Amino acid sequence: MHDLVLKTLGIGDLLAWLGVPDGSLVYPIVASVFPLIFLILFALLAVYAERKVSAFIQNRLGPMETGPWGLFQTVADILKLIQKEDITPTASDKILFFVAPVLVFTGTYASLAVLPWSNGFVGADLNVGIFYLLAISSLVVAGLLMAGWGSNNKWSLYGAVRSTAQIISYEIPAGLAVLTAIVTTGTLNMTGIIQQQEGLFFGYLFASPFLFVAFIIYLIASLAEVNRTPFDLPEAESELVGGYHTEYSGMKFAMFFLSEYGNMFVVSAIAVSVFLGGWLTPWGTVPSYGMGFFWILVKSLFFVFFQMWLRWTLPRFRVDQLMYLCWKVLIPIAFACLIGQAAWVVYL
Amino acid sequence: MEVIMFWILAVIIVASAIATVFSKNIIYSAFSLLFSFLGVAGIYAMLSADFLAVTQIMVYVGGILTLLLFGVMLTNRITTMSLKTDVFNFIPGLIIAAVMLGSLLYVIWVTGTWAKHSPAVWDTTVESIGTLTITQYLLPFEMVAIILLVAVVGASYIARKDKQNIKS
Repeated sequence: MHDLVLKTLGIGDLLAWLGVPDGSLVYPIVASVFPLIFLILFALLAVYAERKVSAFIQNRLGPMETGPWGLFQTVADILKLIQKEDITPTASDKILFFVAPVLVFTGTYASLAVLPWSNGFVGADLNVGIFYLLAISSLVVAGLLMAGWGSNNKWSLYGAVRSTAQIISYEIPAGLAVLTAIVTTGTLNMTGIIQQQEGLFFGYLFASPFLFVAFIIYLIASLAEVNRTPFDLPEAESELVGGYHTEYSGMKFAMFFLSEYGNMFVVSAIAVSVFLGGWLTPWGTVPSYGMGFFWILVKSLFFVFFQMWLRWTLPRFRVDQLMYLCWKVLIPIAFACLIGQAAWVVYL
Repeated sequence: MEVIMFWILAVIIVASAIATVFSKNIIYSAFSLLFSFLGVAGIYAMLSADFLAVTQIMVYVGGILTLLLFGVMLTNRITTMSLKTDVFNFIPGLIIAAVMLGSLLYVIWVTGTWAKHSPAVWDTTVESIGTLTITQYLLPFEMVAIILLVAVVGASYIARKDKQNIKS
């Protein structure tokens, strides 16, 4: 499938022209570098967007000095992060402290492997694509715990434990919401899920009332899974300094940041692929390769914007409210949706 | 290619399993277990059991390992306590190990030709697993469900008892 990716990007022809033989290892390597470059570019722009969105919501201008409208602010930030001294606290656990950001980033990067970028434009078209996406996020959990423990700092540990409790709890409503859509598609393959939504206005969003509710549940749960406001307890600045990445600086901090923004895109792309027709046009036709990429990007970026919008609008939940919402509100509704949708599929 | 991948995974599994057993630090043990689980998932994926591979990650890494780490991190004064990785129960352990090794060697000896896995069977396994669980293996499946339900009820009972004590 990576051949298709490369052909779409026009890199396949370039590599063939350069004399790279068919089936050589260079093709998969280039295909796997594409999501990495995308992730970095996305994070670069998303950090800028986050600042601008927050500024406009708070009636400010945001970054204005570096470049036109402050466009190069994040570039400057990255240069700063690269130059920064790599500080490892003396009391920290050296190995865990080093491995944690790598593990967190691996979890984010691995989930990009099965994201459908466009029609036939997907890194690995796994039969269990969506299930893989739900499972691979547990690597992030392990990484966060590693960071919290390795830092040997109470704020870090609190942040990590909170984050883990939150992600594990909200995995259940998120999984159930996705399952509600899976009941309808009858496939776990990402491309298959999107193809099933052909001809529907905005995919599964308006296909049945249960799917609409499931989409809302997924949206809420995904906010909690990426530790965004109103569920940003793990890094609540006013309580925990910086949460699990309190002790991190320089490039290690940058890796946490990168995977945080990457996760924002990944959960948005999952929501879009499962409930909103992915790379299909909003009116449900199959677009060309380029336009497919455009549509999934526009839809996903809207939800990234939605997450930023919420962050600067809503206050933070308390821990007990967080758990109440998950276990007593979202999960029962998600189960009702699942059963309702199953009945809908069987009887309608 | 496949052979190289297998050996990489095998080294990861065995090395991290050894680290899990011999590490003096319980956190290191738990995190080495993570790589062991991931390696096993990789072996499953190489055997075209993609659903099983993902389930392995979901259940072991996402569930059991996280629970383990959580328990360790919430336990008081766990860092000050050094783990004893000493030899206990030498004779019974030796007997069990010998029996295990013997039975494994026996299986290897009895199995004349091992079934070769062909790489071209990337068929979806989810449907057949689903069909089998609700037809042929319905009873074990339901039993697992009931056991899990009992465990959940038990867990909430234990958690609730404490709360009543605080009230009174």
